[in-house]
Amino acid sequence: MPILTFIVFAPLLGVIFLMMMPADQAAPLRRAAFVFSLPSFVLSLLMLLAFDAADPGYQMTAKAAWIPAFGISYSVGIDGISLFLVLLTTFLMPLVILAGWGDVHKRIKEYMILMLLLETAMLGAFVALDLFLFYVFWEAMLVPMYFLIGVWGGERRIYAAIKMFLYTMVGSLLMLVAILTLVWMHQAQKGALTFDLQQLYDFSVPLATQRWLFAAFALAFAIKVPMFPLHTWLPDAHTEAPTGGSVILAGVLLKMGTYGFLRFAIPLFPLAAHEALPIIAAFAAVGIVYGALVSMVQPDLKRLVAYSSVSHLGFVMLGMAALNSEGVQGSIYQMLNHGLSTGALFLCVGVIYERRHTRLIKEFGGLWAPLPVYAAIFMVVMLSSVGLPGLNGFVGEFLILLGSFGVHRAATVVGVTGVIFGAVYLMWMYQRVMFGPLDNPKNRELRDLSTREILVFVPILVMLFVMGMYPRPFLSRMEPTVNAYLGRLQQKMAVADSSVQLSAVSTQPEIAGGGQ
Amino acid sequence: MIAAPSISFVALLPMLILTSTALLALVADLWMEGPDREGLGWIGLAGLVATAITAMTLWNTHISTLSDTLVVDRYGLFFTLLFCVVSGLTLLMSMNYLETTEIQTGDYYSLVLFSTLGMVLMATATDLIVIFLGLEVMSIAAYALAGIARSELRSNEAALKYFLLGAFASGFLLFGIALLYGATGNTSLPQIAQRLTTVGGEQRLLVTAGMALLLVGFGFKVAAVPFHVWAPDVYEGSPTSVTALMAVGIKAAAFAAFARVFMHTLIIFSADWTGVLWVLAVLTMTVGNVTALVQRNIKRMLAYSSIAHAGYLLVGMVAGGEAGGSAVLFYLIAYAFMTLGAFAVVIALGRRGQPHENLDDYAGVGFRSPFLGAAMAVFMLSLSGIPPLAGFVGKFYIFSAAVKSGYVGLAIIGVLNSVVSVYYYVGVLVRMYMTEGTTEVTAPSSRPYLFATLLLTISATILLGLFPSSLAEVARQSFLALN
Repeated sequence: MPILTFIVFAPLLGVIFLMMMPADQAAPLRRAAFVFSLPSFVLSLLMLLAFDAADPGYQMTAKAAWIPAFGISYSVGIDGISLFLVLLTTFLMPLVILAGWGDVHKRIKEYMILMLLLETAMLGAFVALDLFLFYVFWEAMLVPMYFLIGVWGGERRIYAAIKMFLYTMVGSLLMLVAILTLVWMHQAQKGALTFDLQQLYDFSVPLATQRWLFAAFALAFAIKVPMFPLHTWLPDAHTEAPTGGSVILAGVLLKMGTYGFLRFAIPLFPLAAHEALPIIAAFAAVGIVYGALVSMVQPDLKRLVAYSSVSHLGFVMLGMAALNSEGVQGSIYQMLNHGLSTGALFLCVGVIYERRHTRLIKEFGGLWAPLPVYAAIFMVVMLSSVGLPGLNGFVGEFLILLGSFGVHRAATVVGVTGVIFGAVYLMWMYQRVMFGPLDNPKNRELRDLSTREILVFVPILVMLFVMGMYPRPFLSRMEPTVNAYLGRLQQKMAVADSSVQLSAVSTQPEIAGGGQ
Repeated sequence: MIAAPSISFVALLPMLILTSTALLALVADLWMEGPDREGLGWIGLAGLVATAITAMTLWNTHISTLSDTLVVDRYGLFFTLLFCVVSGLTLLMSMNYLETTEIQTGDYYSLVLFSTLGMVLMATATDLIVIFLGLEVMSIAAYALAGIARSELRSNEAALKYFLLGAFASGFLLFGIALLYGATGNTSLPQIAQRLTTVGGEQRLLVTAGMALLLVGFGFKVAAVPFHVWAPDVYEGSPTSVTALMAVGIKAAAFAAFARVFMHTLIIFSADWTGVLWVLAVLTMTVGNVTALVQRNIKRMLAYSSIAHAGYLLVGMVAGGEAGGSAVLFYLIAYAFMTLGAFAVVIALGRRGQPHENLDDYAGVGFRSPFLGAAMAVFMLSLSGIPPLAGFVGKFYIFSAAVKSGYVGLAIIGVLNSVVSVYYYVGVLVRMYMTEGTTEVTAPSSRPYLFATLLLTISATILLGLFPSSLAEVARQSFLALN
């Protein structure tokens, strides 16, 4: 059974169904959207069960010719890197839709349709093993997100939506040119025109060209991550997006960037990547500290969480830049953590925004009293984001620092301060919102979480604890893939090293096709 | 005494059918009553379908006729079919459009058909004089069409501008033809190609000058910068359905002849013209896209957008070879559907006396008319090259060909232009979905022909994006038929 195909396209059934429903009845639309977000999740649990932890290669693959003249195929599969990202997506989507029951009151039908479309695009990008296919999903993802921000967002939503669209487009179109260059070079040297990732992995591009191609890929992904200093679209997009949009943006969309580095940019151009790793680590470290510092002074809760994303994704990139087993595993683990914790933080912000229609920290204070359940949940989420041992964030950060300390020492030392800053800005924020006198009369009448809202948070909280206390089942599924991945990279480096020596001897550097 | 050339009527059949349909529509108008005259539209559609079917049955043939001035090859047939589709969709949308305008005349339909005939002639001609003949048949009908809304000042202005600048362009083209004739002693494309291999000395200079003038002539017709200045005014002033025909059909016809002459006949001098085309492509893309950013009128914006798309097509011509040529052909199909669709939405939004052509009229339309909103979203996203829509695949083929031929710089300029274009295409969606407005919209389903046009163009835009393979193969075979 092509289970991945079903997982990816199951939400489209919901899209079709929702399109045929009348737009004016809210309740059936909401329920239908929720129900149609479930099949993907259930199927992805089956996928998890069927996943062979010991196998480092792609599993559950499916392949069909799509544009044969260009060697483009519909080719999907998962390995230890993408497995949990798929699960993260299918896990978050029903919760986001459930959360959207409360805070989306206009144009519910379109909102739900766009969410489901977005899910298909995101899942497709995670499982695609063909560069063209990946690119299609990667770009297609942008459109629903654009509408989610632009239609349901806040005051400056149009500005934020267009900014996000244009930023991402610049990166991805340059990546398209790089993809085309790579593919035609492969064709010129190996004779076969193909967009198949596996075949392109095995193809060594001359270093001079690699640098350019890596730069184009890295630009596209770094914008998406977003890495300092390309992050400026993110705070706007996050702040203006509706809660559901923010959760998906932080939870899944940003992972697309880090995943892109791991899946495409680094293994396709290992030599150039190797050269660039110290730079990436440095920018990651700067991003960690910068994000944290800027976060500290934000008056707006959502902006604060948005900048904390910049900081947290710095960690993800730092771990990846170590390119060793601990670092990469930590990096993937941290992607999941960030997806859950920051996703949940945005949900938390959404809860009070829905009640008070403001996100300014100074409007709040002493919320602990009227909202005890909310305060408790918020605290766990906040602590997980801080990286408190026992919760998930700690495991990821620890692995990342462990991995990167030996490789990028200075960057790691700088990055570690981000952990402290993280504790500062999050706990200070929590303190200002939850504790202190309940001096704003508007806050006295707030009602605590409804059952539906609690239901949204419970699965996430459970995962925060599980991933914090018992990371084994997760890491054991990543490890074989990651080790094989690193082994492959090392092999390519070794081959490149010896060929560099060889060419030094023969004084005939290989430049064929490199000058394009 | 000149011997009469042998005539293959089979090869001429598509054009004969088209001519008779146009004449029939002209005559049948005498018996038509009422303002809409949709019966004429039906006659036209039937004729176009018959033409298309005939063209399809000729697909596997290769007939040169009338002393090698016309050739029925896949290249010509490809364009014949494309023009039938374009013209058919134009007629279809006109059948609901004309009743909302002052154009209450049956000539409209026969003029569209004559213009289509000219396009087909241009695409199948293998003699410069016959290409010119096709160009004039097409253009004169189009001049008349541009001014057919007689009571509207801007329509008159459009017609006059189009006519004057068109005549000017024809002059350039003719002069180019004359110079090439002077250099090679022939106007037949295959003969010219043959003579060019041995041309030298002073004649070489004549050829270069001739090529330059031809380039200017074709540049006018495809609206390439800096020969584009007529386009925005003419597109804005002409009745919208005519604008659609001009933006798609006339541009495609000009490209058909342009590519046949330059990518085939003059290919041995490609070193001379590629550099010029490179510059033209960059200028056309950039000026088109950047100027489109500031437009307030949707037809003007689409005019600049069509200029920009001519730029992308020129990139394909610069890339050259099998990849570039087939990319140009494929792009023309994709471009035809999405642009016709966009103009159909413009028509659908207009009402009698209220054309609603300002971008601000689009405010809030997306939610008030979900179908029109979704349609426009598909066309705008496709025009900006977002997958999985036709426009993306078209651009993918074009830029892929450019990269393959080593024009990575051109490809980068092209994709950056695409980013610029996103701003104004998506700007339409911003207005439709993210702002509130009061424009009253006629339900699209109350205008069946327009509704059908939209359904056809949407389906084509999406399906071409998802499954481009077979048509891309058709485009490839068609281009290969040139050699």
